[in-house]
Amino acid sequence: MSNEPKPADPEKEKRKIKSVGKMKEIMTGYYIEAKTAEQTGKKVAWITSGGPVEPLIAMDVIPVYPENHGAMIGASKMGSDLCEKAESMGYARDLCSYARADIACAPINGGPIGGLPKPDMLVCCNNICGTVLKWYQVQARHFGVPLFIFDTPFCHTEFSAEARRYVRRQVDEYIEFLEGVCASKMDVDRMHQVGRLSLEGQRLWQAVLDTTMHKPAPMSAFDAFFHLALIVTLRGTQTVVDYYTALLAEMKTRIENRISAVPKETYRLLWDNLPIWYRTRWLSEKFAAHEACLVADTYTSAWCGTMKYLDEADFLGTMAEAYSRIYLNIGVDEMARDVIAMIDKYAADGVVMHSNRSCKPYSFGQYDIKKIIQRERDVPVLLIEADMVDERSFAESQVDTRIDAFMEVLENRK
Amino acid sequence: MTEFQLFHDIVTDPFDYARNWKEANRRKIVGHFCSYTPEEIIHAAGALPFRIFGSGEAISRSDEHLQAYSCSFVRSALADALSGKLAFLDGTVFPHTCDTIQRLSDIWRINLTFGFHSDIGLPVKLDTASAREYLKSVFKKFKNELSGHLDCTITTDDLQRAAGLYNRMRSDMKQMFDLRRENPSLISSNDLQALVKASMIMDREVFSEKLSAILRDLSAIKPQPSQSLKRLVLSGGMCNIPSVHSLIEDCGAAIVWDDSCSGARYFEGSIAPHGDIIESIAERYMDKIECPAKHTDLFRRGEALVNIAKNNKADGVIFLFLKFCDPHAFDYPYVKELLVKEGIASMLLEIEAPLPSEEQLKTRCQAFLETL
Ligand code: SF4
Ligand code: SF4
Repeated sequence: MSNEPKPADPEKEKRKIKSVGKMKEIMTGYYIEAKTAEQTGKKVAWITSGGPVEPLIAMDVIPVYPENHGAMIGASKMGSDLCEKAESMGYARDLCSYARADIACAPINGGPIGGLPKPDMLVCCNNICGTVLKWYQVQARHFGVPLFIFDTPFCHTEFSAEARRYVRRQVDEYIEFLEGVCASKMDVDRMHQVGRLSLEGQRLWQAVLDTTMHKPAPMSAFDAFFHLALIVTLRGTQTVVDYYTALLAEMKTRIENRISAVPKETYRLLWDNLPIWYRTRWLSEKFAAHEACLVADTYTSAWCGTMKYLDEADFLGTMAEAYSRIYLNIGVDEMARDVIAMIDKYAADGVVMHSNRSCKPYSFGQYDIKKIIQRERDVPVLLIEADMVDERSFAESQVDTRIDAFMEVLENRK
Repeated sequence: MTEFQLFHDIVTDPFDYARNWKEANRRKIVGHFCSYTPEEIIHAAGALPFRIFGSGEAISRSDEHLQAYSCSFVRSALADALSGKLAFLDGTVFPHTCDTIQRLSDIWRINLTFGFHSDIGLPVKLDTASAREYLKSVFKKFKNELSGHLDCTITTDDLQRAAGLYNRMRSDMKQMFDLRRENPSLISSNDLQALVKASMIMDREVFSEKLSAILRDLSAIKPQPSQSLKRLVLSGGMCNIPSVHSLIEDCGAAIVWDDSCSGARYFEGSIAPHGDIIESIAERYMDKIECPAKHTDLFRRGEALVNIAKNNKADGVIFLFLKFCDPHAFDYPYVKELLVKEGIASMLLEIEAPLPSEEQLKTRCQAFLETL
């Protein structure tokens, strides 16, 4: 046996998405900037993933995402340890593992990047869950910094006139809050520009995701999980627009050159819920071995799903509705309609649902969505029990068998 | 005490009570889930507000809709609905609280066909002017929707009368709690818990009369020399497991206060009799100590519990949480820390319906009491 590095497999090399390097560069730069904010005099705001980031960008505040931190912790397989640490601090094991891992990191600067940069303020938007409210309360007590709650009433069947008024008023309160913490006025023109860039970024991200309508798909949901980071963190900047422009071009070239994410794409699947961060590679190889490609997912499309409510000319005025009607803040039946639309759009043969112990608002209702899908469209649905960050809730052999059985069903249908 | 038998009967089979009440009164019943439901408005509409607790029977009936990591209260309530136990309801109201109830509302709306379905989109924060204004508008909207659903008009007079009744009931309940605090041997916690739960189920006029009568009788009894029981405060979410109260008392302790949404938090505060009546009703909900799924001040709940423990001269606090209840579980570490700072001992009991082993719970309680 030789110790020499194996020559790169040209097949694999060809399939690698070249933009990945650029993305890593941008994210590293972004974290370095955030971590050195104290020296440069910039303010740092922690904000929830579904939160309105554009006003922060317009105010030159660096947004930092504890959920993105949670994902990094999960991907670097530090989740179980940190979750256990949170449990020893008194937090129950049944709580969201993003929250547990992040709460455990704060006092010890733990985790893959030695803790997040200290916040000057916290911005919590509950359009994704009630967990973030509790989580941000914990961090507000810990860091002793001001907390702004952007409250988006849940839209079971409607976005009521009352809610519209309430959320719209909070947009103004939010800006007042930022102006207070930053001790400076918001530049209206700058805000206008950021709003335009945000929409442009969202359009491009959607266009990138849409490339998988092509058979075979040039990328998979696993790639989307990775490239998602920018639309979440830096929405509203030119960086995002430039990056996704390049990524979109790369995808188009791949389509022209018939380079697919999965070598012999035979089955096209949809993914539902957050990724299982510590097993993305394993899962992607597992499905690829069955010639299955996860062509789309409900998760990464959440950051461009409400463009229809946004008006570039009145971004602040219309963002109230857009932020209130995101995927996790709507009723189960509306979610099912969205999933069915995706099945049609991406010509999916089946749906894989991650029943995620950590995320109750995403997971409760999945059984009904499954039933609705099966009633309306004749596609098989697989449910996998796991957790996005806490590996202790993942039974590999069981998941393995279930995927095999599911793929067998699909094979028999072809 | 025999006076309490009626309440125990109702709490044991609330469904039977509701069906009979409906039959006898030819009036409507509106189910709901949370101490943030503006019951006053339902009462003013001539209907019976019925708090759904979950019977704990045949919970697996809900398995086809909810994963096992949902709290047992929600799974149990859904199971009751699916098995037809709640078919007497003319409608169900879902005030927005936690993520689990939020999804229960969707599942309920999609799968159950009896009666109307109403979501009350409460704000999550209660401490800003716009949130307060929003909550008032939500209550007004609810009032209009409800009169449509129940096909009735709700007049200001109706609302005033309802507010008066609820004020009376709440202040009487508070007096009951005060009586027990002064003289734990006078009322058993088991009886008191039955009384609180019955107050969320029974015809409120009838209940209020019975309550006043009991209060009169009990107030007349001379305080007995107090036994040297350990004084405990309970704190938590909803406790739909009555045996926990007697179990704790059997270990030789007195529960002197019950800080839960199916305890004291239900009757805290009163409705100001002036101004726009719906707004006054809304103000009470905004000003009471918030449930952990809501936001006001970062330390308010913890400090309130410390004060409750101190004011009641408690020897210790038992946190009684339902497993998988996120809002409570997130608050636990900081609230506990505040207690530690004041030298107040506490213990966490995480429970799930059906109750696990009573022996095990008893052992834990006893061990805790010994440390006090
Ligand atoms: S994973 Fe779910 S529960 Fe956790 S923060 Fe995200 S949306 Fe909230
Ligand atoms: S017990 Fe907790 S999780 Fe369950 S419904 Fe109540 S607040 Fe929600």
